Amino acid sequence: MRQAWHIASKDLKLRFRDRSAFIIGVIAPLGLAAIFSSIFNPIEEFQFVATYAVVDLDGGFVATQFVAGLEQFGAASEDVKIVKAASREEAIALADVEPFSSEEGVDAAFVLPPGFSDAVQSDNPVALEVISGQAGVGAGLAIAFAEQFASEMTYARIAVAGFESLGGTDDRGAAGLRALATPSPVSVESVETSDKELAGKTFYAAGLAIFFLFFTVQFGVNSLLEERHAGTLSRLMAAPMRRSSIIAGKAIMSFVLGFVSMVVLVVATTLLFGAEWGNPIGVFLLVVAGIISALGIMAVVAGFAKTAEQAQNYSSMVAVILGFLGGTFFPVGQAGGILSDLRFVTPHAWFMQGLGDLGAGNVGDVLPAVGALLLFGLVAGTIGLVGLRKGLQS
Amino acid sequence: MTARVNVLECRDLRKSFGDNAAVKGVGFEIAEGETYGLLGPNGAGKTTTISMVTGLLERDAGEVFIDGEPLTTRSVAVKRGIGLVPQDLAIYPDLTARENLIFFGKLYDMAGNDLKNRAAEVLEVIGLTDRADDRTDEYSGGMKRRLNIGIGLLHKPRLLLLDEPTVGVDPQSRNAILESVEHLSEEGMAVLYTTHYMEEAERLCDRVGIIDLGEIKAEGTRRELVQMVGQHDRVRLDAGGPLDAGVDALASVPAVKKAGTRDGGMEMVVDDAGQWLADILAKVTGAGVTITSVDVDEPNLESVFLHLTGRALRD
Repeated sequence: MRQAWHIASKDLKLRFRDRSAFIIGVIAPLGLAAIFSSIFNPIEEFQFVATYAVVDLDGGFVATQFVAGLEQFGAASEDVKIVKAASREEAIALADVEPFSSEEGVDAAFVLPPGFSDAVQSDNPVALEVISGQAGVGAGLAIAFAEQFASEMTYARIAVAGFESLGGTDDRGAAGLRALATPSPVSVESVETSDKELAGKTFYAAGLAIFFLFFTVQFGVNSLLEERHAGTLSRLMAAPMRRSSIIAGKAIMSFVLGFVSMVVLVVATTLLFGAEWGNPIGVFLLVVAGIISALGIMAVVAGFAKTAEQAQNYSSMVAVILGFLGGTFFPVGQAGGILSDLRFVTPHAWFMQGLGDLGAGNVGDVLPAVGALLLFGLVAGTIGLVGLRKGLQS
Repeated sequence: MTARVNVLECRDLRKSFGDNAAVKGVGFEIAEGETYGLLGPNGAGKTTTISMVTGLLERDAGEVFIDGEPLTTRSVAVKRGIGLVPQDLAIYPDLTARENLIFFGKLYDMAGNDLKNRAAEVLEVIGLTDRADDRTDEYSGGMKRRLNIGIGLLHKPRLLLLDEPTVGVDPQSRNAILESVEHLSEEGMAVLYTTHYMEEAERLCDRVGIIDLGEIKAEGTRRELVQMVGQHDRVRLDAGGPLDAGVDALASVPAVKKAGTRDGGMEMVVDDAGQWLADILAKVTGAGVTITSVDVDEPNLESVFLHLTGRALRD
């Protein structure tokens, strides 16, 4: 076993000397994570602010209720501001100004035309205008607000019509108000699942880390074939040690490279990009299990490749396919369908799943993912070991 | 007279790759301080034999003993006594010569100052002390070859196996390598040296095995091999005076198989001219012949190989 450490130590020295491990294991994933983070950070940090204008040209009961409701909405949120305009023309002028570029502009303007209240109360059609100079979240929200109001008016009309058909004697206005005051039979609740997908920068930091881990780990496994190509394998095999020590040396080197690379990435993405990896013990377990799974899969590739170049090509293909399928670049789980299920044939998906579970729960929640990753490592590693040992005998 | 102590004994080694029988029953022994040459053309089975002797290659049949201990591909302790210099360079180009030596030394359980001092000694022996801390990818081909040998010597093996160590080496480095190998046997190391260069086998080896098509065709000292195939030295004397009398005088020298006069001189076929030349010259001059020059033409291993296989060594 001592010889295995010597081999691993020599390989690490070679890898750090030619800087290849540093570039693949740290620089590339860190660089990509920085790029992805710079793209997605503004979206995550986006804060909704909107200003709306309202023009009441009617002054009737329903129009007054609409304006009051709008002002109530504005009062409830510091980020929504309601201003009154005197005319439709003024509202159009305000809506034409880019709200981000001037305090004079609004995201949208509501225009309540003359006769609005009477039309609503007499079952005649009437238009509530929403004027917006540009598409955006603020304008969309204004349209949604107006549509919600229209729906409530329709609901009140249906209620009043039903009331009258049953011989009700109250006036229509009072009946309508009672209908609006009646709670909706259906409520909508927002519930967060404990089985969460990673979000934003953490997703990309974790995805790129596990993606590049496979490239980092392949250095060690493929170096066995490089030793053969360089002629040094015969010297290692002639030395007084078991052949398993040679394979163990390569495995140790791969593990150390993978671990160092992952630790650097976890720390760097946390400090630089604000990624939230979760409980360190859970992350440690996932990282170790992830490295073992990568080691097993790369051993299969190296075990059946004939040359170092062939192994490198195969390894890259396998790493890219598994990376994409496992959802390291985009959340495949949200795509639904067969892709969503198929991703779990990759260690990448289990790693991401484990981190997601860790973020939503506690350390114990990562155990299923850790178990799956270790199983990958065990099965693939056994197959790979057979191939590598066979290669040493030929 | 000290008893012969065999460091290596291999018997009836056999190895096939598919239908191709690469080695067919090879066996030989090498004693302490002896340099044994396996002489044969490319593809004769030399490297396959060495691979089985070092335990790199699983053999189909046969036995290998190092200092009396059996060796297999799974042996560990026995391999401590073996030093291998592979035919292809087996060094790490991104490491310095010293780092290469230190790394391989550790694999043989060497450590600390002992290892550092031994590495320095070996660097001195192979003439790389001045470049010891340069990366080996900056070395010339000859320097790399010397380091390749140095790594094999590092742990002071009982048996050193050199597989065509001078292939592709410039004449100067080649001579340096041959000189190094000559010193090894003086230190008591048993050396197995494979080559297809007849001159190297003749210069270095105490005994030579002529190998071809996976079989050892003949084995022995150069003289034994030459005699085995019925070849003798040819001696020519440029001389004046009573040449016929000189020829008659040689009849009393048993090593002279045939003698005659030709082109103003004498020619004779002699069994081991080196041993009998003084007697021959005494007899001839005693008969009144005046000798102006002596030319001895000894049959070489090339002609032995040709005789044994019907092919030239470099075919």
